[in-house]
Amino acid sequence: MLFFIILILTFACGYFLPWWMVAVISFLAALIIGKTAGRSFFSGFAAIFIVWTVLALFKSMPNDNMLAKRVATMFMLPNWILLLLITALVGGLVGGMSALSGVLLKRAFIKDKTVKASS
Amino acid sequence: MKQFVSHSILTANTLSNIIFFCLSFGIKPYLAMKFFKAIAAIGITALLIWALETKFGDIPAIGVFLNPSTGFWQNAESKNIIAEKKLKLSGLQDEVVIKYDENRIPHIFAKNDHDLYYAQGYITASDRLWQMDIQTRSAAGRLSEIIGPKALDIDRYHRRMGMVYGAENGLKGIMADERTKVMVTAYTEGVNNYIKGLAPKDYPIEFKLLNYAPEEWKPINCVFLLKLMSETLAGGSDQFAMTNNLRKFGVAQVNDLFPDFPFHEDPIVPTGTKWNFKPLPIPKPSASYIAQMTEKIKTKEIVEGVGSNNWAVAGSKSATGFPILANDPHLNLTFPSIWYQIQLSSPTGNVNGVSLPGAPCVIIGYNQNISWGVTNVDADVLDWYQVKFKDKSKSEYWYNNKWNPVKKRIETIKILGAPDEIDTVYYTHHGPVVYETPAQKPKEYYENVPVGNALRWIAHDESNEFLCFYILNRGKNYTDYREALTHFTAPAQNFIFASNDNDIAITPNGKFPLKYNEQGKYIMNGSDPANDWQGWIPADQNPTVKNPSRGFVSSANQQSADRTYPYYINWRFEEYYRNRRINNKLTAMQKATVDSMRIMQMDNYSMLADDVLPALLKYADPTKFSDDQSKAFDIVKNWDKHYAANSTGASIFFNWWRNFYEMVWGDEFGGKDTYFKYPSYDRTEKLLLTEANSKWFDDVHTPAKESCADIVNRAYYKTIDDLVREHGKPGDKWQWGMVKQTFINHLANIPGMGEGAFFAGGTGGVINALRNNNGPSWRMVVQMGPVVKGYGVFPGGESGNPGSFYYNDMFNTWNNGKLNELLFLNSADEKSDRVKSTLSLVK
Repeated sequence: MLFFIILILTFACGYFLPWWMVAVISFLAALIIGKTAGRSFFSGFAAIFIVWTVLALFKSMPNDNMLAKRVATMFMLPNWILLLLITALVGGLVGGMSALSGVLLKRAFIKDKTVKASS
Repeated sequence: MKQFVSHSILTANTLSNIIFFCLSFGIKPYLAMKFFKAIAAIGITALLIWALETKFGDIPAIGVFLNPSTGFWQNAESKNIIAEKKLKLSGLQDEVVIKYDENRIPHIFAKNDHDLYYAQGYITASDRLWQMDIQTRSAAGRLSEIIGPKALDIDRYHRRMGMVYGAENGLKGIMADERTKVMVTAYTEGVNNYIKGLAPKDYPIEFKLLNYAPEEWKPINCVFLLKLMSETLAGGSDQFAMTNNLRKFGVAQVNDLFPDFPFHEDPIVPTGTKWNFKPLPIPKPSASYIAQMTEKIKTKEIVEGVGSNNWAVAGSKSATGFPILANDPHLNLTFPSIWYQIQLSSPTGNVNGVSLPGAPCVIIGYNQNISWGVTNVDADVLDWYQVKFKDKSKSEYWYNNKWNPVKKRIETIKILGAPDEIDTVYYTHHGPVVYETPAQKPKEYYENVPVGNALRWIAHDESNEFLCFYILNRGKNYTDYREALTHFTAPAQNFIFASNDNDIAITPNGKFPLKYNEQGKYIMNGSDPANDWQGWIPADQNPTVKNPSRGFVSSANQQSADRTYPYYINWRFEEYYRNRRINNKLTAMQKATVDSMRIMQMDNYSMLADDVLPALLKYADPTKFSDDQSKAFDIVKNWDKHYAANSTGASIFFNWWRNFYEMVWGDEFGGKDTYFKYPSYDRTEKLLLTEANSKWFDDVHTPAKESCADIVNRAYYKTIDDLVREHGKPGDKWQWGMVKQTFINHLANIPGMGEGAFFAGGTGGVINALRNNNGPSWRMVVQMGPVVKGYGVFPGGESGNPGSFYYNDMFNTWNNGKLNELLFLNSADEKSDRVKSTLSLVK
């Protein structure tokens, strides 16, 4: 559930809001509906990883990945796929950490039982 | 965002306090642990985001740059073009239609001049915004604002050189004329409306790399572009080096080695042309004063063979009976290119050609009546004057036998990550004292700037070059051409012209100071009024020629006129190699076509080799050669003197001559501690061909007395040793295209964004003057006639975006020596299958 919420929300605002909104969305989503620390982190990580991969490819494919290849050369990377992977990893890390922060903050204030009951 | 981050970090830092707080209020330890975990996670996340938002040294802010929402992925342009687009913009008076052709060159159709230049600003910014930003920043001495202290020396130099002072004066001249005022104001409006419409994700990629935002465009930025051209083309000086030469070698030797007229002469205005004006009286020379130089600085390599070509043949020499004009300005080659192709049409005119991004009008181009082009004159319009301050306060200086007040100008340089630098520049009536003390001068650059001297530079004067281009863009005939030229001050250019009235003409043109002979060849005494510029050469007395009997006009930066021209413009110009080749070819040519002009622009024949190779071969002694030396000798002996990409002879000759030249002069003029100027190639030729017993052949560092033959052979051994060491045995690896380095980089040298090294012919001193990253930056041929047809190409593309398919789409055409037929539309409604998309701008 958390995974899909983050996926849909970050995808929807992907081209409109500043990039760090993915952190805010993941954080708030996990704060509201996050369960365990591990699952929240994974949901945030996977959702943003996928969203950023898709958003990047949306732009890059009609470009024949020409710019991605140039930027890969600039970063001294062997190919642009690696650049895409790094992009997705960076996004995933931000999403995962934000979701983790959200769920941990909630658990710091709410008793364990309440957490279980509400989910 | 930043507040949120710092707040979180603060919280994390006070973690222990919180735990202590929890414990003391009886909160259970496992609860404290939960707080600790939550706060730690938030802290790490905040730190991560902060790190991704921050630029560390040269590494871009990773999050800003990589994220697909606003980062570089957004700059990847789709190959699918939207065929019709309409944009509503404020500030327009009427509708503007822009037709884009297959190279995405804009053809702008406006209903009035205001809208025309508004659209030019808007459209140019849409393709070249970052280039416009960085070039004007550089000229204005504002690079440190975005890249920090490492740009400080360059910024200081531009400030102290008076670039801003000159641009402010230039703007006054532009605003004083209604036509150019409207032009620059509307252009500015257009650029700003484009910037206003940008979200951060739309910023050009370089802004994202350097992590800054585009700022408002100002009218003065248009002037900075001209000042930058003045710096490139009329901002050099060898007075400092010549003064050092004079001190070391004395008047007789300097006059012999640095003559005011070359050994090989072939001036732009043909020898023997009559001057039909009464010249002004020439000023009297002042008592010469030689500056005392005490600094220790590096020598500077002489730059040979850089410049530009233009020529025009009369109808009598062309296949169609109408003139043909050709121009290829040689400048630094970068992506994006210094040129931006554009067609500009309004009720007052319809013109096609290239513009400078950041400046209105077409600079080189044609309309349906006339065509024009430019090469650099290299007039002496930059002089240094010794300044004597009264005391350390530098508030007064000695001039005309009395103390005169010094004007102070405060330059505030903002620096990224450091406090502002407040710099005071002292101005005498001549201009700014660029460096008052050796300590102010950077060790690495600007070795030709003497310390303690005021700079008198034409680029500081009020002027209105845009009016010249405004009139040329709309020009109908020779009279308009002559009228336009009176408005051009600097950097002085050889304006070539052809018209449908079957007129051809060329004019070395600019505002030339009235000087005594050799005034400014050496540093001058600034206290003597006789050393001041004594007025100006009247514009209509600048050297010029119209329809000469030889049937063509041409220039390749060589001397403007022969010895009968009454005024002094400079003592040295570019050597005659390119223009002699051009003149030889044009003299022989009959029934010229566009293609014969195109082939000429790619010509690699070396007049230098033609002059000196027989002499070098004569002095060489093959009996003492090794195997490799013999093999190479056969190659160079049979070389056809063309700098073709696949020529091995070219590689041998090039280095042989270079080594010879260095060995002849290096021992005397290559001093490590003082800045000297080497005698020219032209003078070296004279030495080799007519003064075989000269003392200059002797290497002063050896006890033996070397002869001309000794040096020729020694240079040959070194050449072959070096080539074998770097490229192996004589063979395919020695091809000129591999030995010479030819490359085009991104303007900021960003790896992956340039063309890299490529295989190409040409060199300095041949018509196709392509060397390193400098050469033909725009090749144009215009066939005059009932329908004027233009052809042209520059290395690169219209778009400045490395993520665009139009970033370098014209490079191969250029590198293969081909030209594009330029699309000229007579109206917005004209049908052409070359038009690929239409953009309408409406109010």
